[in-house]
Amino acid sequence: MKCKVCRRPAAIEIRRHHAVFCREHFFDHMMRQVERTIHDLEMMQPGERLLLGVSGGKDSLALWDILTDLGYQVDGVYIELGIGGEHGYSSSSLQLAEQFAKNRDLNLRVVDLAEEYGYTVPEAAAETRRVACSVCGLSKRYVLNRVAFDGGYDVLVMGHNLDDEAAMLMSNTLTWNVEYIGRQRPVLPATGKGLVRKVKPLLRIAERETAAYCVLKGIDYEVEECPMVGGNTGIRIKQWLNVLEDQRPGTKQQFLFGFLDRVSDQFATVHQEQVDLQECPNCGQPTTSDQCAFCRLQIRMTERD
Amino acid sequence: MKVVLRNPRRELDIEGDASVKDVLRRLDIIPETVLVIREGELLLKTDRVADSDTIELRPVISGGSR
Repeated sequence: MKCKVCRRPAAIEIRRHHAVFCREHFFDHMMRQVERTIHDLEMMQPGERLLLGVSGGKDSLALWDILTDLGYQVDGVYIELGIGGEHGYSSSSLQLAEQFAKNRDLNLRVVDLAEEYGYTVPEAAAETRRVACSVCGLSKRYVLNRVAFDGGYDVLVMGHNLDDEAAMLMSNTLTWNVEYIGRQRPVLPATGKGLVRKVKPLLRIAERETAAYCVLKGIDYEVEECPMVGGNTGIRIKQWLNVLEDQRPGTKQQFLFGFLDRVSDQFATVHQEQVDLQECPNCGQPTTSDQCAFCRLQIRMTERD
Repeated sequence: MKVVLRNPRRELDIEGDASVKDVLRRLDIIPETVLVIREGELLLKTDRVADSDTIELRPVISGGSR
């Protein structure tokens, strides 16, 4: 197969675009897709301070690399979740994130959940008897926003890709969770005091492409799966969507962008009508209840035997 | 050929040479869910894999909380 741009030997095929690219033109394609997403959705403005949530995985490292090549100055934040013990998953992911930042002279802030908030994700999952992904997601959302807000950043940049967003939409649609569907936006504005705008520039990029980008660029990323992810619904839904994608390339993109372009505004209205934010008396972050879910978790972890 | 799989890491032997597409079909793996890597290079579905080659089938699906 030959690159559709220069006819040199191809490095990757992207079936939903009916496209085959050599290494260099694949990099160009990725940059253009991200640039277009940022521009069309007005994700960030010149002069704004940007903070990227970095996990050490393919998506966040590919995005950091692309944004840097596009000329954005982006700092990173890594949350040490305490998964896998001293030499386990979290510490190897951290090493990869640190190595990436060091090689490119980028700023990476590390927040240790145990040191700063008094618990690890495995401990919180055991104590609350909730699935690990639930307490992990709650902790990451809170801490990332908190670090961005306290650090004076204007935008929190996230590495969610096309597959993540399509799977999330499918999951929420199967249960008709209209509140969550209403919240699913590629740009979440800072709607309350203490919140930072959240954006997802990889919206047009499938996760196979971020992985390929890292391999072709020589970026070492965390290939191993999180050991606590077993039974995660999101992965199952991604597998179902990939069966459809294999039979009809473009299905995931049509599903997600059809929603975003044609119907998401209707769900956003539903969401806004239901939301009545107030300040958490403990931390001051916006919440829909008397005390925010993160503080409830943290207090429970602090008071455990 | 030797086929290295991940999560958990394990190895399989497949006799003879074959196209990437055939290897994936034989293992019932959807092409969208993996990268096929030989000596650090990505392979396309039409590429041939020789009996003496070692290839890695690297999953691309990330899970968990996002």
